[in-house]
Amino acid sequence: MTNPVIFWLIALVVIVSGLMVVLLKNIVHSALFLVVTFVGVSATYVLLQADFLAAVQILVYAGAVSILLVFGVMLTVRGDIKSSNLFNRHKLSGGVVALALFLIVERIILKTEWVLSKNPAPESTVGPIAEAMLTKFVIPFEVAAILLLVAMVGAILLAKGEGKPQ
Amino acid sequence: MERLFLNLGEGIQQWLASLGLGATAVSLIMVAIKVAAILGFVLLNVLYLVYLERKISAYIQQRLGPNRVGPRGLLQTTMDVIKLISKEDIIPQAADRKVFRLAAIVVFIPAVMLYAVIPFGKDMIAIDLNIGVFYFIAVSSTTTIAFLMAGWGSNNKYSLLGGMRTVAQMVSYEIPLVFSILGVIMLTGSLKMSDIIAAQKDVWFIVLQPIAFLIFFIAGTAELNRAPFDLPEGEQELIAGATTEYSGMRWAIFFLAEYSNLVAMSALAVTLFLGGPSGPWAPSWIWFVIKVYIMIYLFMWVRWTFPRIRVDHLMHTNWKFLLPLSLANILVTGIGIKIFEWFS
Repeated sequence: MTNPVIFWLIALVVIVSGLMVVLLKNIVHSALFLVVTFVGVSATYVLLQADFLAAVQILVYAGAVSILLVFGVMLTVRGDIKSSNLFNRHKLSGGVVALALFLIVERIILKTEWVLSKNPAPESTVGPIAEAMLTKFVIPFEVAAILLLVAMVGAILLAKGEGKPQ
Repeated sequence: MERLFLNLGEGIQQWLASLGLGATAVSLIMVAIKVAAILGFVLLNVLYLVYLERKISAYIQQRLGPNRVGPRGLLQTTMDVIKLISKEDIIPQAADRKVFRLAAIVVFIPAVMLYAVIPFGKDMIAIDLNIGVFYFIAVSSTTTIAFLMAGWGSNNKYSLLGGMRTVAQMVSYEIPLVFSILGVIMLTGSLKMSDIIAAQKDVWFIVLQPIAFLIFFIAGTAELNRAPFDLPEGEQELIAGATTEYSGMRWAIFFLAEYSNLVAMSALAVTLFLGGPSGPWAPSWIWFVIKVYIMIYLFMWVRWTFPRIRVDHLMHTNWKFLLPLSLANILVTGIGIKIFEWFS
């Protein structure tokens, strides 16, 4: 077991940067704090000795934030960037929904009986993940791939406009 | 000679232990020493790579290159560094100050982190991760963010355009780069750097995977933003791209990261395709340096020989040529492995 102090430090970084994503009004700063959040989550994976997952987290999420940033910049620079990530006025209804969600999640976390494994963490995680993905879970894996493809085709179609000549 | 640096490390460790320090303190100091050694290697290399690049470009363009400061101009880059350190640090008034300042730091973090998994010689690898190659790819993919931060933070249209181009180019060319590496991974069945080197004991992977090497080289050039793929900083169009507004030491750090990435990419190419640090007669770390410099020379040769390609051709080359080719390479490699298994 690693030092719990390290875990709490990482958790603090993740939560604070996650809050900054929501609270900052500049959308570029929000996106950059999202990178910090993802790196923090990846650090918790390292603590859990899931090194492959940690690298995937960095590659897929932290790396892809740059694309998010590009779109953020391209779609919002109209007027002032300092107010590109605005709040709305639905404070009461937002608060109620957030509280309800928090209570549900909190109940579920406390009610669940967590299975703790005594086995040491596997030496290499890449092989087992690949085997599970391409044998037992091959259909969900392919469905997810098709879903992504459909989303991509749909996005291109929406961006280009259907039926219009180029 | 072979174990020179390993013995040196062990010697320091024993000396530290003999001073009466605890085991944790000794290992912490050893990690610090290793990091310092890697940083020293990177900085020293960059210092003379800049000189090398200027000299090679000069010979290709029939000029002399730097030849005034020190014998044959060898101290030119040292003087340049001193000049850059003493320069005024200018931050544009309208810049996003925090992002502007952070970008110069963020760009250097992955550049140094990459060296954690690079084998400098036999048993000379800082951390022999299970997922070595994958770690390299994951860490190097974050370089994009720093360039975009610089481009955005400068609040300058040329910088922003440069940053955008960097993202478009680096994200696109990452795909054929990873797919070309996959061919090697399929042959080894491991992501571990030491396993990949061990698998090349008899025959280098450049022989078995020549197309993968070609794709890796082209995509690597694009990842490093070097000519003919230097559109992100195309001087005639964008002044200097994302780094337009940077001066002094902050600019130097971008420069440092660029060349540090060049060394890391060359070292990865050596590990994956050129048999890693191994060779006859000389110690493995000397072979590592020789092979890495051959790769670096190739990158420089290409840079000063080919003109910059057009921005739409850039994307066409990637999506319509490199990507299908790398996919076909994976297929052919898979079939080849199966056929080889049948006949042996």
